[in-house]
Amino acid sequence: MHRKAKEGADAERRRLTTTRRGAAPGTTSPAGSESQVLRARAPLRWLVAELVDRRAESRTAQTLVFDVPGWPEHLAGQHVDVRLTAEDGYSTQRSYSVASAPDGDRVELTIQRVEDGEVSPYLMDVLERGEQVELRGPIGGWFVWRPERAEPVLLVGGGSGVVPLMSMVRTRGALGGSAPFRLLYSVREPDDQLYVPELLRGEPGLDTEYLYTRAAPPEHPRPVGRLRAEDLVRGGWPADQRPICYVCGPTGFVENAATLLTGLGHDPGRIRTERFGPSGG
Amino acid sequence: MDANLTRDDAYSDGNMLGGPLSEIFAVDLTGAVGRCAGCGLQGPVAQLRVYDRAPGLVARCPRCEQVVLRLVRGKDTAWLDLHGASALTIPLAPAP
Repeated sequence: MHRKAKEGADAERRRLTTTRRGAAPGTTSPAGSESQVLRARAPLRWLVAELVDRRAESRTAQTLVFDVPGWPEHLAGQHVDVRLTAEDGYSTQRSYSVASAPDGDRVELTIQRVEDGEVSPYLMDVLERGEQVELRGPIGGWFVWRPERAEPVLLVGGGSGVVPLMSMVRTRGALGGSAPFRLLYSVREPDDQLYVPELLRGEPGLDTEYLYTRAAPPEHPRPVGRLRAEDLVRGGWPADQRPICYVCGPTGFVENAATLLTGLGHDPGRIRTERFGPSGG
Repeated sequence: MDANLTRDDAYSDGNMLGGPLSEIFAVDLTGAVGRCAGCGLQGPVAQLRVYDRAPGLVARCPRCEQVVLRLVRGKDTAWLDLHGASALTIPLAPAP
């Protein structure tokens, strides 16, 4: 998982290929009759995921749509591990949040390009429709939102940290959740925004506010800068309404947001966080 | 890249342990509550600080930074060191 020297990464990238056609080891499909409980208890296996579509989300991000036979229904906020294996057996994997609401065997991942990365350039530039990768998931039982929950939700996303939060927004929309949502979405500049048309369209019960850290659109009321307590006061929920807060983004962003929320009186037990570390790509 | 990493960015968190631990445990452990053997802090595994720029994964307590869990995946073994966790409380479905 650790980042290699750039030259090494380039060499490895050339050798990466899609996974073998047909069943990879341990990837037989679960029986259709298997109950949800048994399925949840079964150890996760590597499943074969076929790329069926892709779309650009920004200059540096794409959403990849996979068909994953045997995919167990995911919860909003969960992630997957993607594994690439070269013909010589070299293998590498990365974690990506699921961006979509549950939709049968269809799984959407939004990939942010890491310029000197090993996996994201491959997924974005090389992998073609009809080709396959291995995918393990859905993973995680803590950074998840369940649509039967009714209390207010505050989503705080930094950069591509908005991806699992978008799965929560979409799951709420698709399944008719009644919880009121507020989304605070911090990006460097307008060109970095993901899901622009969808968030612009909005939906009832969802308030979205953008925070720009480097450059804002003309006439944007808020000065550029990193997330501050007043942003959380203006765009979030008062602590006494006991919202659940989901914070996702780069580690520094998440630490800052969690500290500010705690300082505003939010119960630390109701702040759920997910951090991107140094090794992406 | 290293020079650009602040100390804050040198780690991710225990959410990313979900996949690797799923090879060993039948239930999700990111939501399990662990107790740090060093300072006694109790909190979800998802909130441990995880350092992955090593041959394995090292998870540290977010308060005292003592090592709570280490996991190294070899070709045909997994090596799991939990000496820094004095207890784990794991959510399960109700017993039948």
